[in-house]
Amino acid sequence: MITLAVAISVILVLVILVLLFRIQTLASVFTGSTQKRVGKSNKINAILLLSFLILGGAAFAWSYMSHRENILIPIASEHGVWIDDMFWLTMAILMIVFVITQVLLFWYSYKYQHKEGNRAYFLSHNNRLEVFWTVIPAIVMALLVFRGWKTWTTITNPAPADAIVVEVMGKQFNWLIRYPGADNKLGVVKHTLIDGSNEFGMDLTDKNVMDDFVTNEIHIPKGKPVLFKIRSRDVIHSFYVPYFRAQMHAVPGMPTKFWLTPTKSTADMAEETGKPDFNYELVCNQICGRGHFAMRAVIVVDEPEDYEKWVAKQKSFVESNPDLMANLKTGVPATTGPATEASEQDDAKKAEEIVREKAQL
Amino acid sequence: MANPNITIHPEVHAEHAHHEHDEHHDQHWLWKYIFSQDHKVIAKQFLFLGIFWAFIGGALSSLFRIQLGWPEATFAWLEPVLGTWVEGGKLNPDFYLALVTMHGTIMVFFVLTAGLSGTFSNFLIPLQIGARDMASGFMNMLSFWFFFIASAIMFYSLFLQNGPAAAGWTIYPPLSALPQAMPGSGAGMTLWLVSMALFIVSQLLGGVNYITTVINMRTKGMSMTKMPLTIWSFFLTAILGLLSFPVLFSCALLLIFDRSFGTSFYLSDIYVAGEALTNVGGSPILFQHLFWFLGHPEVYIVILPAMGIVSEVLATNARKPIFGYRAMIGSLLGITVLAFVVWAHHMFVSGMNPFLGSVFMFLTLIIAVPSAVKVFNWLGTIWRGNLVFTTPMLFAIGFVSLFISGGLTGILLGNSAVDIQLHNTYFVVAHFHLVMGSAAFFGMFCGVYHWFPKMFGRMMDEKLGYIHFWLTFIGVYLVFLPMHYVGIAGFPRRYYAFTAFDAFSQFGDLNMYISLAAILAFLGQFIFLFNFVYSIFRGRRSPLNPWHSNTLEWTTPVNPGHGNWPGEIPTVYRWPYDYSKPGAAEDYIPQHIPFSQTTSSNLPNEKELE
Repeated sequence: MITLAVAISVILVLVILVLLFRIQTLASVFTGSTQKRVGKSNKINAILLLSFLILGGAAFAWSYMSHRENILIPIASEHGVWIDDMFWLTMAILMIVFVITQVLLFWYSYKYQHKEGNRAYFLSHNNRLEVFWTVIPAIVMALLVFRGWKTWTTITNPAPADAIVVEVMGKQFNWLIRYPGADNKLGVVKHTLIDGSNEFGMDLTDKNVMDDFVTNEIHIPKGKPVLFKIRSRDVIHSFYVPYFRAQMHAVPGMPTKFWLTPTKSTADMAEETGKPDFNYELVCNQICGRGHFAMRAVIVVDEPEDYEKWVAKQKSFVESNPDLMANLKTGVPATTGPATEASEQDDAKKAEEIVREKAQL
Repeated sequence: MANPNITIHPEVHAEHAHHEHDEHHDQHWLWKYIFSQDHKVIAKQFLFLGIFWAFIGGALSSLFRIQLGWPEATFAWLEPVLGTWVEGGKLNPDFYLALVTMHGTIMVFFVLTAGLSGTFSNFLIPLQIGARDMASGFMNMLSFWFFFIASAIMFYSLFLQNGPAAAGWTIYPPLSALPQAMPGSGAGMTLWLVSMALFIVSQLLGGVNYITTVINMRTKGMSMTKMPLTIWSFFLTAILGLLSFPVLFSCALLLIFDRSFGTSFYLSDIYVAGEALTNVGGSPILFQHLFWFLGHPEVYIVILPAMGIVSEVLATNARKPIFGYRAMIGSLLGITVLAFVVWAHHMFVSGMNPFLGSVFMFLTLIIAVPSAVKVFNWLGTIWRGNLVFTTPMLFAIGFVSLFISGGLTGILLGNSAVDIQLHNTYFVVAHFHLVMGSAAFFGMFCGVYHWFPKMFGRMMDEKLGYIHFWLTFIGVYLVFLPMHYVGIAGFPRRYYAFTAFDAFSQFGDLNMYISLAAILAFLGQFIFLFNFVYSIFRGRRSPLNPWHSNTLEWTTPVNPGHGNWPGEIPTVYRWPYDYSKPGAAEDYIPQHIPFSQTTSSNLPNEKELE
């Protein structure tokens, strides 16, 4: 019944609009305004264009100022400062160009609106002016390229040899985390060895695997370089931590890496943001399927000594899965494929459940 | 099937084609309106189908904006339309991804490539260079019908049980290659690839025609440097498409092989859905290189025609010559060449060698120079003009404003260091929706309003045009400006909801407000639709040259028949921008007026041409 009422009122409104349109058309025929090439509307549009510049510009400034606190998120890594410097340097130049060109566009539109008896100034080109405004942008771009290139190469240069290594592997729809353990060497993995209990597909015959440990959260120490070795086992994901200004795709079949030095511990950030339960979050930033929007891992930045303590507490993968080693010797596979499949679907379901729950709050 | 026309075809281009003119009126309606070889009819066919797709694409975006703006909202009221895609009152996340994918595919390819180039290259090239028709009317007709079949297949895929393609419009494998990874990568992806393959064929048939026609069929006196900028832009767009679309074709073909024939071009070391695949040695990065080798020129394929249209409309309505005509051609050429060598700026953090990142940052930022030249020249054009704010003029000014706003942020994204943070965030969404999405749409509206009288012999209603412009212009800024804020805060694109992360728990109000503005702006387009359809049948009859324009199309009858000019094709004597020439009686001198008739206004260097 309500649907019907809504439908009828929508139709009535449309009919009224069409009638108004007809009346307007007829009126303009009688007043003869259709005969004139340039009518009153020209002036109205000119005024509207100028008002758009003033009101739109004011609204832009206001909206930025009122949201600034939320837009500008804290920086928690060394290179993040360089990236933000580059961003704001470029932004400052862009805003100058933006304001000049937009003001000229709308101001000229207003100022040079059609006036009866006026004639436009016949000017086809001006070589000196054109060379000037070709060369200036070229110089500015050259400077930006140079500065950007320096920032980019510093960030992407190889990590220091003493960097702490963390392996992050994307899968639909969560992140798997592995540490190299005491030998600081990640053991060999093969995708054919993956199953429900060995999600990395670690080759247990490789001695480097023996001390590798797997965790649910990423722990890294503050102030020390950390090298993330990034992989994917199914589709492309993207390793993205906005507070660190860090991003790199996780590509199946092609390991990638990103290194950084965190400058603020989780506790520091909790204080800075005023959120006692603050957590760094690892975000998936490349479309990867149904659960893409919920593919998350927590990163904890510890003080260096807390980090050492945490590492000391971790049990190696082999130690916590003794049956795997035993099975390896007898040659019986630990679990079968379908079990994994079920657990994967569970992950996706869990993510959606969270969304539904939050939505109801 | 269109045989009757093939026999007539060569004569259409003969010197005295008007003798055949009457014959066309006796044509069966099927050959006259459906399988027509007349470039004007084909242009309208592209336009109608383009508008149809634009409304589908817009409707899809409204759906996902509802989800993003009101994440807690129930979709139960949409169940009659969406059926099982609504699960327990919530939109299915897989379907959400299908919505964004199809929105992108439809808008980029079917509306802004086929709808824009297809309409205006077809319509304007013969009319503005003084030709009776395209070089090959038959190929031109095939071009539309390939597009039609591609459209039919893509439209059908929307109704598949597992949904249409859903891996994003960039369809990166392995996600798009593995049906186990998402339901949209099943039959939906197959149809997407088939449809796009046919679409590419359509583009190539069209492009060959545009290039040939511009090179070979210009009327007497129409040298390359007397061509309107519209023709220059269509010509260069066609060259871009002809060289880059085949790469997308091979890119799609290899994906088809991977999907259906067990090859491993893009797949390696994959364990998905509880099973280790046997594919080894492929590279997903290879796909990205191939895809963006078209994908980046594609954004220029979308924007160049709009630039041409806007240049023409600005000059006409400012009653002033376009400022720096040769620099405008030069910058178009510069953009065309550079468009081929910037593709990998989409891939700074894809895992490719960082050295490549440096090279592509350099090449990408250079392209800002010709773009800046264009903007300055447009400003130079309206400076000291005598501006008439027709609806197309407003859209042209809107285009310049949007092109500046969206183009500038490209300088941030083209910087590989800054892109580490901004890659794939809403900042990118805001950037390309302004600079290539909205701006190209504005170019298209500009063209439709400007050449509507030539297409249908009637005028569109001005007042409705004004309302449409202001609603759209304000709407576009309200939607995309706040997206920059969300992007700087690191919000990723293609997220079904932002509820799973602590960091993204804010901006709920901003997202709601963006959605509201987006839906209102979309509803505003129905004003255009009404105006368009109404004016075709009931609009005020158009005079011969409603905008007092210089170009050749306005020398044809109000409703030109097949062959365009009933008599001889006019000869061209001058460039198309003799507006407000000192000493001339009127404030415009059309291209076909010889200098001998304008002795009072000729410049010193034109005296010898009298």
